[in-house]
Amino acid sequence: MQRYQWDWGVLFREPYFGWLLSGLGWTLFIAMLAWAIAFSVGSTIGICRTLPNRWLRAIGTAYVEIFRNVPLLLQMFLWFFVLPELLPREAGRWMKRDMPNPELTSAVLCLGFYHASRVAEQVRSGIDSVAQGLSRAGLATGLTLGQTYRHILMPIAYRLIVPTLTSEFLGIIKNSSIALTIGVLELTNQSRQIESFTFRGFEAFTAATVIYIAVSMVALGLARMFERRSPIKGMMTREANS
Amino acid sequence: MIAVQQVSKWYGDTRVLNGCSTTIAKGEVVVVCGPSGSGKSTLIKCINGLEPFQQGRILVDNISVGDRATNLPKLRARVGMVFQDFQLYPHKTVLDNITLAPIQVAKRDKTEAEVAAMKLLTRVDLEEHARKYPAQLSGGQQQRVAIARALAMNPIAMLFDEPTSALDPEMITEVLDVMIKLAEDGMTMIVVTHEMGFARRVAHRVVFMDMGEIVEDRPTTDFFEGAVSERATRFLSKILQH
Repeated sequence: MQRYQWDWGVLFREPYFGWLLSGLGWTLFIAMLAWAIAFSVGSTIGICRTLPNRWLRAIGTAYVEIFRNVPLLLQMFLWFFVLPELLPREAGRWMKRDMPNPELTSAVLCLGFYHASRVAEQVRSGIDSVAQGLSRAGLATGLTLGQTYRHILMPIAYRLIVPTLTSEFLGIIKNSSIALTIGVLELTNQSRQIESFTFRGFEAFTAATVIYIAVSMVALGLARMFERRSPIKGMMTREANS
Repeated sequence: MIAVQQVSKWYGDTRVLNGCSTTIAKGEVVVVCGPSGSGKSTLIKCINGLEPFQQGRILVDNISVGDRATNLPKLRARVGMVFQDFQLYPHKTVLDNITLAPIQVAKRDKTEAEVAAMKLLTRVDLEEHARKYPAQLSGGQQQRVAIARALAMNPIAMLFDEPTSALDPEMITEVLDVMIKLAEDGMTMIVVTHEMGFARRVAHRVVFMDMGEIVEDRPTTDFFEGAVSERATRFLSKILQH
């Protein structure tokens, strides 16, 4: 093998620097929106799986099993290529022709609904690990089931699962790279583009790697800070005691 | 005030309550005892609808607990319940534990609810702990908070499910003292307990259960001094040895 001539400068030359920046921007944008969907849909589904109503539980289970067990890459193709064909003609045509940013929208929906299935499982396990006795205590004072969830179960469950939710968010950031398969110009795609324009593959992919790690570290740091600021005071003390 | 009529309950094929009947008048204190697994905890959980039952009727202030049309949260708001393992909300302060139901269920004003809660805390001798979290308190203190929380909804009756069984011996007295005061103030109480000293002192009646049946239901002195069934005698001899 010939000696490889490293040229890190290429990363800071225009237009390539701009490409990386814009790629990072789209990656963050996709991750944020997908996270909003994953968190809200996932919480709803996760709660459904713990309710007394059999039908709601069944719907929750079906959702989780479907979205969790189909490969993410395949789901990306399904959302982008197949869904418009399955919808009624008008809706399908709208998706293909008039939907703003079809690739981006599909990517956000796909990632959001996929990660929702995983968030749902975390929320469910969080609720399950809050002692059943606590919800009974709430109900016994006359709280409705909804109030018991809102004031007792959910605040505790969410705080218990902050660590797993954090790694789920990091997962979304990384999985957003799969959006390149349907043509979204996110970070991985942009670095690939730099490679094909400049043949500087090592530099371009190293840059992407470093950026992904840096973003993850920042997200992790923010989560840690949040965790430290909102401990369940009682539980922390109890752990320390036992 | 509380009428239990021919109540039977099954867990699958296992019959846990077998034709239980008794009535509790206003202001009456009834102690329920019996060997573990005799169904005594299950029975009092049926009274406020925390456990469903398949046969018979339970009337609380002339409202049928098992009736589908009954607004259970509304009914439970009028019956206080204290659990074996306290079940205080770990993420809320002592004061917030007590005011949650009055604010959310009875829609009381926050300051008003807090003033009332402080009065209750004084009554259980814990006013200086109002801002602490449950895990910062001893077991006996936690159980007294739980009693105050149950009293906060101004219940017409109180149910106690083995309130001292999870406590270290030196803390039992402080909880029993609160309960004795409550009984002397005329509160209607059903107490599942093995504290026979408490039963002798404040109970008007003792109900003895075994294998899901009410075997004895007698005035207190009658229960301890009169001739009782062989099963009850055996039980009493076991727990009175110490």
